[in-house]
Amino acid sequence: MTKQVQQLDRVIIRFAGDSGDGMQLTGDRFTQETAVFGNDLSTLPNFPAEIRAPAGTLPGVSSFQVHFADHDILTPGDAPNVLVAMNPAALKANLRDLPRGADLIVNTDEFTKRNLTKVGYEANPLEDGSLSEYNLHAMPITSMTVKALEDFEVTRKDAERAKNMFALGLLSWLYDRPQEGTLTFLRSKFATKPEIMKANIAAFHAGWNFGETTEAFSVKYEIKPATLKAGIYRNITGNTALSYGLIAGAELSGLPLFLGSYPITPASDILHELAKQKRFGVRTFQAEDEIAGVGAALGASFGGALGVTTTSGPGILLKAETIGLGVSLELPLIVCDIQRAGPSTGMPTKTEQGDLLQALFGRNGESPLPVLAPRSPADCFAVAIEATRLAVKYRTPVILLSDGYLANGSEPWLIPDVATLPDLRNEASFASPDDWRDADGTIDFQPFQRDPKTLARPWAIPGTPGLEHRIGGIEKADGTGEISYDPDNHDLMVRLRQAKIDGIAADIPPLQVDDPGDAARVLVLGWGSTYGSIATAVRRVRLAGRPIAQAHLRHLNPFPGNLGDVLRRYEKVLVPEINLGQLALLLRGRYLVDVISYNRVRGLPFGGAELAGVIKDVIDNA
Amino acid sequence: MPEAAQTPGNGSPPGNGTGPVNGNGQPNGPGLGARRPASLTLVPAAQEKLATKDFKSDQEVRWCPGCGDYAILAAFQAFLPELEVPRENVVVVSGIGCSSRLPYYMDTYGMHSIHGRAPAIATGLASSRPDLSVWVITGDGDALSIGGNHLIHALRRNVNIKILLFNNRIYGLTKGQYSPTSEQGKITKSTPFGSLDNPFNPVSLALGAEATFVARSIDSDRKHLTSVLRAAADHQGAAFIEIYQNCPIFNDDAFAPLKDASSRDDQLIRLQDGEPIRFGAAGQRGLRAARYGGLEAVDVAAVDSESLLVHDAGQDDPSYAFALSRLDTAAAAHTPIGVFRKVERPSYDALMAQQVRETQTKQGAGDLATLLAGGDSWTIR
Ligand SMILES: Cc1ncc(C[n+]2csc(CCOP(=O)(O)OP(=O)(O)O)c2C)c(N)n1
Ligand code: SF4
Ligand SMILES: [Mg+2]
Repeated sequence: MTKQVQQLDRVIIRFAGDSGDGMQLTGDRFTQETAVFGNDLSTLPNFPAEIRAPAGTLPGVSSFQVHFADHDILTPGDAPNVLVAMNPAALKANLRDLPRGADLIVNTDEFTKRNLTKVGYEANPLEDGSLSEYNLHAMPITSMTVKALEDFEVTRKDAERAKNMFALGLLSWLYDRPQEGTLTFLRSKFATKPEIMKANIAAFHAGWNFGETTEAFSVKYEIKPATLKAGIYRNITGNTALSYGLIAGAELSGLPLFLGSYPITPASDILHELAKQKRFGVRTFQAEDEIAGVGAALGASFGGALGVTTTSGPGILLKAETIGLGVSLELPLIVCDIQRAGPSTGMPTKTEQGDLLQALFGRNGESPLPVLAPRSPADCFAVAIEATRLAVKYRTPVILLSDGYLANGSEPWLIPDVATLPDLRNEASFASPDDWRDADGTIDFQPFQRDPKTLARPWAIPGTPGLEHRIGGIEKADGTGEISYDPDNHDLMVRLRQAKIDGIAADIPPLQVDDPGDAARVLVLGWGSTYGSIATAVRRVRLAGRPIAQAHLRHLNPFPGNLGDVLRRYEKVLVPEINLGQLALLLRGRYLVDVISYNRVRGLPFGGAELAGVIKDVIDNA
Repeated sequence: MPEAAQTPGNGSPPGNGTGPVNGNGQPNGPGLGARRPASLTLVPAAQEKLATKDFKSDQEVRWCPGCGDYAILAAFQAFLPELEVPRENVVVVSGIGCSSRLPYYMDTYGMHSIHGRAPAIATGLASSRPDLSVWVITGDGDALSIGGNHLIHALRRNVNIKILLFNNRIYGLTKGQYSPTSEQGKITKSTPFGSLDNPFNPVSLALGAEATFVARSIDSDRKHLTSVLRAAADHQGAAFIEIYQNCPIFNDDAFAPLKDASSRDDQLIRLQDGEPIRFGAAGQRGLRAARYGGLEAVDVAAVDSESLLVHDAGQDDPSYAFALSRLDTAAAAHTPIGVFRKVERPSYDALMAQQVRETQTKQGAGDLATLLAGGDSWTIR
């Protein structure tokens, strides 16, 4: 049967099912096909909090959203155009996000009385007309898969498990995705289980063929490749990009990478990734707790390694005392906080920007350190390198604030040419006895004598003869580093440590403002992972003919030197944050600018449409 | 950018190829063979002969007069030249407490860190720098209260660090609260009616934590203390030494019975590997196995000599060492000192270096561009 082909400029698909249904894998594969096809894309996995919640229940629902387009896009999208629901729980949990008229593909086999009652459906929604607003495609995906695999030597259970590949095949047909990547993937994934491999491949083809022959779908869609900047791309998640950035940072500075970490969602994947990279000489230490993780990293830094620790908000709290020691010792240390919803355990798998003030101020005493935040999954790479640069150049702990959304979300990444990355070997250089030799040959090493430009102290590593010295968390005399309780010395040291960090403002790019034609009266200013949502909203507002300026902070401490000027240039400054106004508090305190906060703390990224509405309101009232 | 650079910046310590760096942890030590202490095979040998004074810093020592810490410091400084490692390859890491001030008095590399965390910090240092001789100085509060978790994990991992626990059975620095080794019923500022909790026996704890080297000594016996330090340095992996230390200010004479001429012979049991265990003024007492797995003190003359124990620190099963450690309870009132246990197990840092090395041999050294490119890329023209 010939099908009509319809052109679309973008589509948002959400795959939803039970955690056992393989929806993350299905989403990943669809994403990879889409990436290879050349669309721009952005993804948002949504994991259940429980590892194995009872099958068919609402807490067991796992989903994966992918947004792809023929132009460049910045977020996984607000609302899906297509929902694939593999069971009643997946339907119930996701239906409220589905706009009227959207396509709804449902696996009818799972809509048994028992499964319906499990999630509180009194009547079958597929039959009671409650889904009439949607474009419903109800089909027995499980039994069609089992039927297609009749002739294969697999158990019924294995046949049923291949239903996600049937769904993938169907969606791949519907959106005309290339097949080869998925077939290669299945061949290698099940290389040791040839029967299962063949069954999965057959299920994928069965899904594809079903699309082609069924009357349930009269149209298929075409989304042309996006015109992206030329180059080689790959799809990458924030946690992978961050891991690669750390490896690159270590290589660029000529230091061995040492990671001390304790598992915690959503940071663990960085530990997993770095543990694989032993060929780069990376040492990973899974510690007994977060305190030991950062302690070991700091110990490794003292010994001349690039010490790194990775965690989430609760872990930052435990590490606080050691980070403070790092501030006092003035040693390089990279602390990655993959934020999640708090307080306390909060919602481990959900995103939030709640740790900004903790990162800046969550230590005793005056304890300044640089704080950075990536704006997108791929940006984690560049920010990890920048964190390395600041840590080694200024001999300081640096906190990098990613979050659950960046960590697990993905986007195409224009793979950088390694030759264009900064050489950090000079910044990372160790003190040598020759730098400290008097005319008569004696060495008078002063561990706290600072570089006049950066105010950084020398990094003299054990094993260097003549530079033996002791450092500690007790206040040190300026220069000699000996214990000092002198009041004026303490005042001086407090100010020197602050001045060193403040001075970084002169070593970072000024804040760029995107304000076409300088026509805007309102600036929207964000930080971290909200970049995509804000920029999407800004585009919408501009399309509606309203001028709006946008700026996004990467450096949160110190702020770029021109931030005050930028803020004062606009009549109104809107600051959307997934917290209750932490950046806003800093801006008001530091620049006496009465910024307008927009805050929603739902464990989810902002929607583009939502923010566009907020921006328009602010413009209307400006 | 630099090629997969694995060497430090310009300040690489001369004559020391193992550096921080060498991602593969390849030994480059001078391999002087059997005479070198086992924990130092990857540490370069000193070019010149060192003396006690070479290990003394110019800082004024500030413990209270009569504090046992002085004697331990002196023994440590006098012992280090024996190792024949350069000062710059010795690192002393401590926590917080009176005892933890020790690194300031050593002319080596040192870090006075935060309360209880020294074993964790030293783990990172020792795991990334096999060319260093790393010593941890800690107190009974530092190691067993706030830092208890790090202590047991460093021991079970068998990181190549030497831990000296100064046990004065009191919190010295915070001016005299009871500690996890204070005897029950102890009257202190924070327990005016007597402490309620049962103390730890640090040796038993270390044995329970799978330590491969466990010893005990006393501040007042310089010769014994030195011999134990020597044995610790000769152990590849984590070594734990409990050192009884007098705090004349807040817990004076806590170990008096072990020092008094009238009581010490009956109470102290000096463990000597391979030697029959004898104590008492005339060596008339010995140890033998008791019925339920413990040990009991007996008159040598009264029992079958076959049943008397000869000390063997190398017993793989820690039960014997544990039983020895249990003699030191109020009822038994016998306190063994010396090396309780010394068994061979690969150290964590060595295994870590080996894994890196083997992976690099198998997979080849990492290439950044290849890593970034990954497997599933596509080209936009
Ligand atoms: C996080 C933290 N909590 C509490 C203290 C206070 N403090 C310092 S030393 C110490 C106890 C030290 O006792 P011990 O380890 O036995 O050392 P000693 O002084 O007896 O040698 C305490 C509670 C601290 N410095 N840091
Ligand atoms: S308080 Fe006790 S342990 Fe501390 S220095 Fe004084 S005597 Fe030594
Ligand atoms: Mg004490």
